[in-house]
Amino acid sequence: MDLYRAHVLVCGGTGCTSSGSAKLIERFEEQIATNGLDKEVKVVRTGCFGLCEAGPVVIIYPEGTFYSRVKVEDVDEIVTEHLLKGRKVQHLVYVDHKTHESSVQKSLNEIGFYKQQERIALRNCGVIDPENIDEYIAFDGYQALGKALTEMTPEQVIDEILKSGLRGRGGAGFPTGKKWQFARASQAEHKYFVCNADEGDPGAFMDRSLLEGDPHAIIEAMAIGGYAIGADEGWVYVRAEYPIAVKRLEKAIEQAREYGLLGKNIFGTDFNFDIHIRLGAGAFVCGEETALMASIEGKRGEPRPKPPFPAVRGLFDSPTNINNVETLGNVAQIILKGADWFRSIGTEKSTGTKVFALGGKINNTGLVEVPMGVPLRTIIEDIGGGIPNGKKFKAVQTGGPSGGCIPASLLDISVEYDTLTSVGAMMGSGGMIVLDEDNCMVDIARFFLDFTVDESCGKCTPCRIGTRRMLEILERITEGKGEEGDIEKLENLAENIKNSALCGLGQTAPNPVLSTIKFFRDEYEAHIRDKKCPAHHCQAMLNYVITDKCRGCTLCARKCPVSAITGTVKEKHVIDTAKCIKCGQCIANCKFGAIIKD
Amino acid sequence: MKSLADLQAIRAKTLENINMRKEDENAARVVVGMATCGIAAGARPVMLKFLEEIKDRDLQHVTVSQTGCIGMCRLEPMVDIILPGQEKVTYVKVKPDMVDRIVAEHLIGGTPVAEYTIGAAEA
Ligand SMILES: Cc1cc2nc3c(=O)[nH]c(=O)nc-3n(C[C@H](O)[C@H](O)[C@H](O)COP(=O)(O)O)c2cc1C
Ligand code: SF4
Ligand code: SF4
Ligand code: SF4
Ligand code: FES
Ligand code: FES
Repeated sequence: MDLYRAHVLVCGGTGCTSSGSAKLIERFEEQIATNGLDKEVKVVRTGCFGLCEAGPVVIIYPEGTFYSRVKVEDVDEIVTEHLLKGRKVQHLVYVDHKTHESSVQKSLNEIGFYKQQERIALRNCGVIDPENIDEYIAFDGYQALGKALTEMTPEQVIDEILKSGLRGRGGAGFPTGKKWQFARASQAEHKYFVCNADEGDPGAFMDRSLLEGDPHAIIEAMAIGGYAIGADEGWVYVRAEYPIAVKRLEKAIEQAREYGLLGKNIFGTDFNFDIHIRLGAGAFVCGEETALMASIEGKRGEPRPKPPFPAVRGLFDSPTNINNVETLGNVAQIILKGADWFRSIGTEKSTGTKVFALGGKINNTGLVEVPMGVPLRTIIEDIGGGIPNGKKFKAVQTGGPSGGCIPASLLDISVEYDTLTSVGAMMGSGGMIVLDEDNCMVDIARFFLDFTVDESCGKCTPCRIGTRRMLEILERITEGKGEEGDIEKLENLAENIKNSALCGLGQTAPNPVLSTIKFFRDEYEAHIRDKKCPAHHCQAMLNYVITDKCRGCTLCARKCPVSAITGTVKEKHVIDTAKCIKCGQCIANCKFGAIIKD
Repeated sequence: MKSLADLQAIRAKTLENINMRKEDENAARVVVGMATCGIAAGARPVMLKFLEEIKDRDLQHVTVSQTGCIGMCRLEPMVDIILPGQEKVTYVKVKPDMVDRIVAEHLIGGTPVAEYTIGAAEA
């Protein structure tokens, strides 16, 4: 193997691939060869760095220089300047939104976006080549499996996970060690270990990134888990819309088999374990564990009542353990570094870290991994770099369609399972959508309910009918046809659905509505009573009005597609609200900022 | 793969190539001046020689990187060696045949080769 003096890491995650990183890699390889550097400089395609918004991302080691939004045309300059002459290409270096500092003299970990992060699950993402098992091994890969198999009993493995306090990252936060204990306790000839990579929460992509960036970590964790519970077969259920993740996982499984890290007599012991992949069609409800198992079995992906729990009767009627991708991403590290190390990160009841997909009205959208218990403010202001365009922060939506909102007044809340639940939001799988003053909270609730109504499998009435009723009321409210008593109707329906729906989808569907009512009741009331949307978002209640700033330039009147604007030159113009179709053309064209939404 | 030892072997083989991506406070750094004049003065063969020596001796925890103009073209090619926790030592007018001693005595032995350093040249 040649010794390279520099590594060019090009992000090959889904985000950067869609912004053209494959072409970059080609061009780098070409240019590096042309300049005779191919024996010194190596190009590595990695997984997601987390800063997809700044993609395509390129990092050059050993300096750790972080280049963002790199275009194919920029490659030649990077090669001749940085790689040949050692001069960083200043204008391509990533600039921190908050401090406006460029990362020129800094290493990656000093950039604001990364400084407050702590990477356990994502530790290898953007660092190793996910298609090269040797790189994973060089970063301590498969050592935990070796340790578990050759030095620990299954009980000791479970004990370590139990002591670490690791809780499920897939939504419910159930202690992983306990789950493994139940599955171990079930007597059966055959058991299964399943990885849930369905990731249905709109806006979430941490599981995808982890699979893309570090597939071996999931394979290793599944083998460790299989050993712990006594399973010899693993299944990964991954959505078909994640082609890059699927491809890397397939390749990784193959490599692991070649090395004997999957298959028979792993590490010379009598433990056998192999993994299969099942592609999911992408229905949200298929992420629910019983529906997921039905789907693997080739049946309709519909939930069934629990108990029996999967640990007793799961996949193909055998005892089964099912864990989320990110949960598994922590397992090998816990075995390797010990429960005490893991406990030292995070809080008493929420140990370790959590990965969030930060999106919405925030400067640094992307993937972040933070210790549990950090203040929400740190995530929004320091890591996220605050709200763009000088707008005011309003709330954060966490937990997707099952979760709720955290308003600005609670910005200092500590981000961990129980505190989030106590304010009516939830950790969920880790979607975190930032909302600013322009977001209407009633409409946000409507958006998520619309999603659940679409995704309800229809098996039970409360969910099928109840959520639809709630959606109808919300639609009415946002259309300016809300009635006195609507809020109470919503609350009653919500209570009923929560108590009687069969699966988690229905049981949690009302959460976004309840939580927005709890913190933003005044917005609901403004819609219903005053027929006003305080955020000026709901079209039906919006009027476009021309103010005294108008200079009478006539531009808006000419632009209006329905001739709703009248007035003479140099005189203030007027909008006929009956004619106006609220297209926004006039505002976009007025050079004097004279038109407002009211 | 039948044992942890087999795993370690793969790890060791790949590690030297990966080390630069880890945060490694114990890494020694070799920085070669590679601005226009440095390249003209023959900095590239010097850097390649460093790479070769480091590889041949299987040295871990060493990174080789480049830097731009230092403003002292007449002394190029220049090479800085920074051992962990120590001040940097600057070598000037480095030729490929000097690299062997710098690696052996300084990178491995910990004692700078005084007569090649900037102090000796300026004195
Ligand atoms: C409607 C619904 C959708 C779900 N979707 C997912 C999902 O996409 N990924 C996931 O890991 N868990 C999902 N879950 C949770 C799983 O049922 C299960 O609790 C989880 O995979 C267990 O893994 P964990 O203990 O490691 O979190 C979903 C649950 C419900 C009710
Ligand atoms: S709660 Fe909804 S998704 Fe779940 S089983 Fe009932 S109808 Fe299907
Ligand atoms: S474009 Fe603005 S300034 Fe011109 S007429 Fe319309 S409102 Fe008045
Ligand atoms: S919003 Fe559209 S329709 Fe209404 S006044 Fe302006 S340009 Fe005309
Ligand atoms: S996909 Fe490249 S940084 Fe996320
Ligand atoms: S160009 Fe050589 S030191 Fe400036």
